[in-house]
Amino acid sequence: MLNVKRLLCGLAAAVSLAATAPAAAALNVLACEPEWGALAKELGADRVNIYNATSAMQDVHHIQARPSLIAAARRADLVVCAGAELEAGWLPLLTRESGNAKIQPGGLAYFEAAKFVTLIDVPARLDRSDGDVHAQGNPHLQTDPRNIAVVAVALAGRLAELDPAGAAIYRERAEAFATRWKAAIVRWEARAAPLRGVRVVEHHRAFSYLFRWLGIEVVGYLEPKPGVEPSTGHMAQLLETQRARPAKAVVRTSYNDPRASVWFAERAKRPAVMLPFSVGGSEAARDLTSWFDDIVERLLKAAL
Amino acid sequence: MQRKIMALALAACFVQAPAYAQSAADLAEIRQQLDAMKRNYESRIEALEKRLAEAEARAGSAQQQAAQAGREAQVALKEARQAEARQAATQVAQGTGGAAGRPQSANAFNPEMSLILQGRAARLSQDPATYAIGGFLPSGGEVDPGKRGLSLAESEIVLSANVDPNVNATFIAALAPEGGVNVENAYFQTLGLGNGFTLKGGRFFSKIGYQNEQHSHAWDFVDAPLAYRAFFGGQLADDGVQLRWVAPTDLLVELGAEAGRGLNFPANDRNKNGAGLATLFARVGGDLGASHSWRTGLSYVRTRADNRSWDDADSTGAAVTNAFTGRSRTWVADLVWKWAPEGNPTAQNFKFQTEYFRRSEDGTLAFDTATPPATLTPGLTGDYASRQSGWYAQGVYQFMPHWRAGVRVDRLSSGRVSIGQVASGALTAADFPALAAYRPGAGSAMLDWSPSEFSRFRLQFTRDRSRPGVTDNQLFLQYILSLGAHGAHSW
Ligand SMILES: [Zn+2]
Repeated sequence: MLNVKRLLCGLAAAVSLAATAPAAAALNVLACEPEWGALAKELGADRVNIYNATSAMQDVHHIQARPSLIAAARRADLVVCAGAELEAGWLPLLTRESGNAKIQPGGLAYFEAAKFVTLIDVPARLDRSDGDVHAQGNPHLQTDPRNIAVVAVALAGRLAELDPAGAAIYRERAEAFATRWKAAIVRWEARAAPLRGVRVVEHHRAFSYLFRWLGIEVVGYLEPKPGVEPSTGHMAQLLETQRARPAKAVVRTSYNDPRASVWFAERAKRPAVMLPFSVGGSEAARDLTSWFDDIVERLLKAAL
Repeated sequence: MQRKIMALALAACFVQAPAYAQSAADLAEIRQQLDAMKRNYESRIEALEKRLAEAEARAGSAQQQAAQAGREAQVALKEARQAEARQAATQVAQGTGGAAGRPQSANAFNPEMSLILQGRAARLSQDPATYAIGGFLPSGGEVDPGKRGLSLAESEIVLSANVDPNVNATFIAALAPEGGVNVENAYFQTLGLGNGFTLKGGRFFSKIGYQNEQHSHAWDFVDAPLAYRAFFGGQLADDGVQLRWVAPTDLLVELGAEAGRGLNFPANDRNKNGAGLATLFARVGGDLGASHSWRTGLSYVRTRADNRSWDDADSTGAAVTNAFTGRSRTWVADLVWKWAPEGNPTAQNFKFQTEYFRRSEDGTLAFDTATPPATLTPGLTGDYASRQSGWYAQGVYQFMPHWRAGVRVDRLSSGRVSIGQVASGALTAADFPALAAYRPGAGSAMLDWSPSEFSRFRLQFTRDRSRPGVTDNQLFLQYILSLGAHGAHSW
């Protein structure tokens, strides 16, 4: 009928020639979220080439499988994601459409952080009338630095398995990171000590791990149900409960529309505070350490 | 009979019967083993977390301890992963999923299942039975605007799962409201071919153009663009194979080819060995900054039709059936551009899509095929050639969360059509009213509201001029609900 094969192969060869030169780094890492990109960079330095699929300004629950992401998945030697079905709406498309055998779920190059951490907020029942619930538990585990420490160990091991030539470097950097990170956690805990017992209202269950770590109590959510846009009716109801148990601040992530938290904060006469959801979520959050520095400072400023 | 078997098969899908009969005792034992394994694994992770936390608490010889903890953690994690793999392997082998403990979503190892329900109300100023696209050979597909009044649209059942580490399979059945089941899609797709290659086989929507591969519930308007209806009978679907390749480049570069049976318009089932339809497609796409993304492509469809017939009326008004036999080639060019501030489409976003179609058909046309050849005037079969084109462009703007508004413009041109019988004087152009030169068009405006990711309600008004000299004002109110697994939507 048509010499389809020859045509296709010819085109393929032409494109191969035009393709970008292979990167000098040993591993191309596709990070679903920037915190995992930043962590891989801490552990791999020059041996890894990072492509962040999303930014802290994007709602990771609702990402579209853009052409550029499929291209990035095609080149990836490792995908590092939160897991726990956070990326269920788009990651399966990337792995399936990329034609990249390495990064298929279940393989060594498919790394899910949630596999190494005990998740909280696991729903007792699964029903969409409860909203867009995270069936396996809260996947926003990056907001507790102790989780990042655990994931770092696992990720360094995975990098070493995929790139044995760099194993010593990954181990060395993981140890250095663990030391630095531990010291930073001690510092943040000391600095945030006055926040223990402080009450806040939150937009989405985005910082559950952070608040558990710092002993902050969440007395309400602007979303009537997970993933459901805040309504004035629900927020008015929430305002009522504020009389008995007033919150010190109204917290949202860097990707949330500020209008709901500003609306609520004005009426509750409390400050609305944006917390960067990941590296790059604020001007100050340039890397993992400065990101948590900024979170702690913003909380202290708003809630005390 | 076939329908009954299909219905039974579908019913079987809904019943989670333990297909591999095992005694209750066996199952209980397996579950106990799994629980034990799970507890073991979880406690190991917890111990590891605790160990790390302890190491962190002690400020003194921190570095050494962290290093030690790190090494121990690596060993523990390796063991944990092995345990995890063993557990998964056991579950696969036993056909059991969802050990007790945390709830397992997506039915663990059962296929992901979802159900799409659609219904609508329509107000059409013209009788849908008279629908035709002027100047174009009828495609035989579902091209008319559908029933007037309240009606249920097709319900879809989608089942999808990885067969094994190498292959994923999807089955989509469309249940017509008047009864009957249509296997819309049933295909496998490789996961592990590697080097950017993916092989797909079975029945699927061709990957030509942009909208062709999308299911109707993912469309931005109630109906398919006029050009899709005129050139592919709504959507090009076929039984066949598809091979595609993604280049290892920063830009998305994808090339692909399909070989199919040639089941549907513009082909027709020809009862022959080998492929009856072939397609080629190439596309390029990428981002422009954080807020813009785009994709453009070019596709080619080549097929043959053998006595592809349609009903018409001759110059005296008598009903006749004519048929085309010959070669059909279609080019499709597509462009899609999306905007979302900072790449976050949840509050506001905009989508523009346009596709241009061009088809040439060359062969012979047989007039009045119902009349026995013996009684037919000679010379009523003649050469036929047509060059036809069409396009649509649409923009959809989400102006606030959950609310979108959109407009679409449709234009077709019947182009140049030469009919041998007319050229020779054996017949006149009036004997082929369906092929009379015409430029069909339509304009649509829609507003939709999606209270959640799983439901959408849409209002659409279309001013349709598909029929020569007739305007059909169409008003639609539609709902689309999706139940079950959270399917990933293509870009
Ligand atoms: Zn969430």
